[in-house]
Amino acid sequence: MIELTVNGETRRVEVEADTPLLWVLRDTLGLTGTKYGCGIAQCGACTVLVDGQATRSCSVPVDAVRGARVTTIEAIEKDPVGRRVVEAWVAQEVPQCGYCQSGQVMAATALLTTTPKPDAADIRAAMTNICRCGTYNAIAAAIRQAADAA
Amino acid sequence: MQVEEALLARIEAGETLNLSRRGLLGGVAVAGLLLGAGMPGRVARAQATGGLQHATKVAAYLNIRPDGTIHLRSPFVEGGQGVDTAIAQIVAEELDADPARFTVTCAPPGADYMVVANGQRRLTGGSLSVRSSYAHFRKLGATARAMLLQAAAEQWSVPAKDLVTEPGRVLHRASGRAAEYGELAALAAALTPPADAPLKDPKNFRLIGKPVPRLGMRERATGRVQYAIDLKVEGMLQAAVVHAPRAGAQPGEFGNEAQVKAMPGVHSVHRLPGAVAVVADSFWHARKAVESLQVIWTALSGPVLAEDFSNATMLDSLKGAKGRPGNPAEQAGDVEAALQRAARVIEAEYDAPYLAHAQIEPPSALARFNADGTLDVWVPNQVPEVFQSVAAREAGIEPAKVRIHTPPLGGFFGRHFAYGPGNPMPQAIRLAKAVGRPVKVIWTREEEFRRDAYRPLAFANFRAGLDNQGKLVALHAAGYGEGPITRHFGAARLGNPPIDGSIMEGLSGKPYRVANKRIEYVPVPHPPGVNLGFWRSVGHSMNDFFFECFLDEVAQAAGRDPLAFRQTLLQHSPRHLNLLKAVTELAGGWRGQPFEAPDGSRRARGLAMASPFGSEVATIAEVSIDQGEVVVHDVWVAIDPGQAVNPRIIAQQVESAVAIGLSSALAEEVIFERGEPKTRNFDTYTVLRSDRMPRVHVRVVESGAPMGGIGEPGLPGVPPAVANAVATLTGQRIRSLPFSKTRFGQA
Repeated sequence: MIELTVNGETRRVEVEADTPLLWVLRDTLGLTGTKYGCGIAQCGACTVLVDGQATRSCSVPVDAVRGARVTTIEAIEKDPVGRRVVEAWVAQEVPQCGYCQSGQVMAATALLTTTPKPDAADIRAAMTNICRCGTYNAIAAAIRQAADAA
Repeated sequence: MQVEEALLARIEAGETLNLSRRGLLGGVAVAGLLLGAGMPGRVARAQATGGLQHATKVAAYLNIRPDGTIHLRSPFVEGGQGVDTAIAQIVAEELDADPARFTVTCAPPGADYMVVANGQRRLTGGSLSVRSSYAHFRKLGATARAMLLQAAAEQWSVPAKDLVTEPGRVLHRASGRAAEYGELAALAAALTPPADAPLKDPKNFRLIGKPVPRLGMRERATGRVQYAIDLKVEGMLQAAVVHAPRAGAQPGEFGNEAQVKAMPGVHSVHRLPGAVAVVADSFWHARKAVESLQVIWTALSGPVLAEDFSNATMLDSLKGAKGRPGNPAEQAGDVEAALQRAARVIEAEYDAPYLAHAQIEPPSALARFNADGTLDVWVPNQVPEVFQSVAAREAGIEPAKVRIHTPPLGGFFGRHFAYGPGNPMPQAIRLAKAVGRPVKVIWTREEEFRRDAYRPLAFANFRAGLDNQGKLVALHAAGYGEGPITRHFGAARLGNPPIDGSIMEGLSGKPYRVANKRIEYVPVPHPPGVNLGFWRSVGHSMNDFFFECFLDEVAQAAGRDPLAFRQTLLQHSPRHLNLLKAVTELAGGWRGQPFEAPDGSRRARGLAMASPFGSEVATIAEVSIDQGEVVVHDVWVAIDPGQAVNPRIIAQQVESAVAIGLSSALAEEVIFERGEPKTRNFDTYTVLRSDRMPRVHVRVVESGAPMGGIGEPGLPGVPPAVANAVATLTGQRIRSLPFSKTRFGQA
């Protein structure tokens, strides 16, 4: 039995300690907003916040986040920064297929939390998730809009 | 032309197997623009019915709820291309409703949804959706509006002609009465749809042609969309598979079956055609177990790949066909005589690699057999009726007993046609049958790269003749290989002469006028163990690179500027000249020579044109070189789709196509070594990330020509525009993709 804090709630899960956090979220807790894309921390579709830090949950064993605060896309609008990010994402019509966008929104929220007024280089450095639809310019525009809205 | 004839005949004969998105349009490259002027006889006859035979079937498509929200069942699947919004927008225009009140889902299989190719086919692909169903959905919206008017007329006992609508409501101005659509919907639904509901005069459009906001944005920004991979049903087990490392091998003995069965959560271990599977209580348990399984891969059967197969052996095989007489796709004058007379002959060879779709949602399929003998399947797909037929065959039941559910796609780019063993649905059906419970199969990224249906590795060669004035007097081009049309429809269906449009489009169908020309197709098979697929813009994805780069080589040999050279070849076509004008204006003018940018970097621009999927496109790219690598700063695209439904979505789609086109040019390549695909994940298959994304500028030109496609046409001009810019800047001519194989220096 492993105890986790996910979106502010304490959850007890019956899984092996080396199970990736991603699959605990998706299969054990039913939080399917966090996506599987590559399983090797390359694409970033599985990005969640662990104690506020953007983290690729496919490559983090659940054991490693005991005692940490895990935030997923399902709770992002409860975070004031996350809420601004979502509003900017909608206003800029960022998503195309949308599959990578949970991870993009989480990464953007982490960036704006630590760097409220990011410049182009900050955005480039923080936003490394793959979007196969190529929404990168819209993502950067939405981050600037969310920063300006603060 | 012949391709469409053959395919239509096949479809009319009731054949549904293996139809892929180019089903009807297999010959589009040969035929020119199917939905444009020239139509073969059979299609022309079908068009005489207007392709509107399903346009009054309001009940099949629309459900106006009491609260005024509208559920639209679409023949198409949303996968990022914006089709849900475009269709809602067209219906809402004629229905006189607010598109924001629409929810759109993909309709189940059914004859009522055959809206492509004049009401005979259904697929999401070929950049066909809006252009093929525009008239259909206008009429559908108008018919529904007429029914609402009639319902109000009956309720209020007034003539329908005295009623008007405002978005979402019917008004009787004389009495001041009004009713919301939601209040009238039940009454309206009981009426017989009129055959002749009047359409709006386009000059009164308030939605079509406007940047109506995209639907589903908030759901997609908050992770609330349920893709196929996210679905769960009662009692479901999950499965992971490992395919044979080399296609054709079959699973034999297991070395450690007992240990694997004892692993946590494991339900059972299975042999499948060319693969092994573990069914478990969770995907992670299934994956861990199946990847622990020791499998002895034995006899080769089915689609086989030779032990020594590699990209190099495939390219050698294509090049080995050089000089073999091909099948003429286009012919004018006497090209050999003209080449002999020419003052100068330029020759070049070009090639491009296998590509993976690399959509971020890995394939999955969820199958559930029900007590009443029916089967439900949830699966990402672009052709529900084809998947229904494949599922029925796999399950051994009638197609009518199979329900196909089509959730939104996490990207597709051509990935989700049936492709035989190239998708997990047959595995899910087998496993669900074997274990007697619903099973969801997910392909890991590694298995997806191993069994994708790839964009074919391709090769073309060219000869051009210039006279002593530097005028292009002869052009010979040959495309070699096998495309997904041959693979999935059969060589016998390519028409006479046999032309595989998925290998030839972009070599043929170019607008330039050359007096002596031969464009030919030389069939060379790829091994059966390499699945071939339709990849965003299909043959155009490589051929416009080949052709437009070669054209720049010829211009250079003639001592002509690339823009002026193209203009000379396009004097007969105001549409193309206008597009060149539009793209150069958008780019702040054409620059044919390297120049110094304000930041001190040395830069150059490149130009390319393409005629894909009924639209016309001109592209300019501006590049510099940094530490031996290409940096693309800006891409300007002028696109003429004839008429625009949603200019903002068009710009978004073009930008998306620029990204994937640039990605393919810079670094994408599926590598086979010793008969096995070696690029298995995003660490070795390099797709474009934000650090290499250029600024993208789009101008939509509405020439009034017949409506063209949008999802794919932005792509083909990008690789050649970038390569042409690089050649102008460095003198290095890229003839083999991707660019990452070349280290660039400043000229």
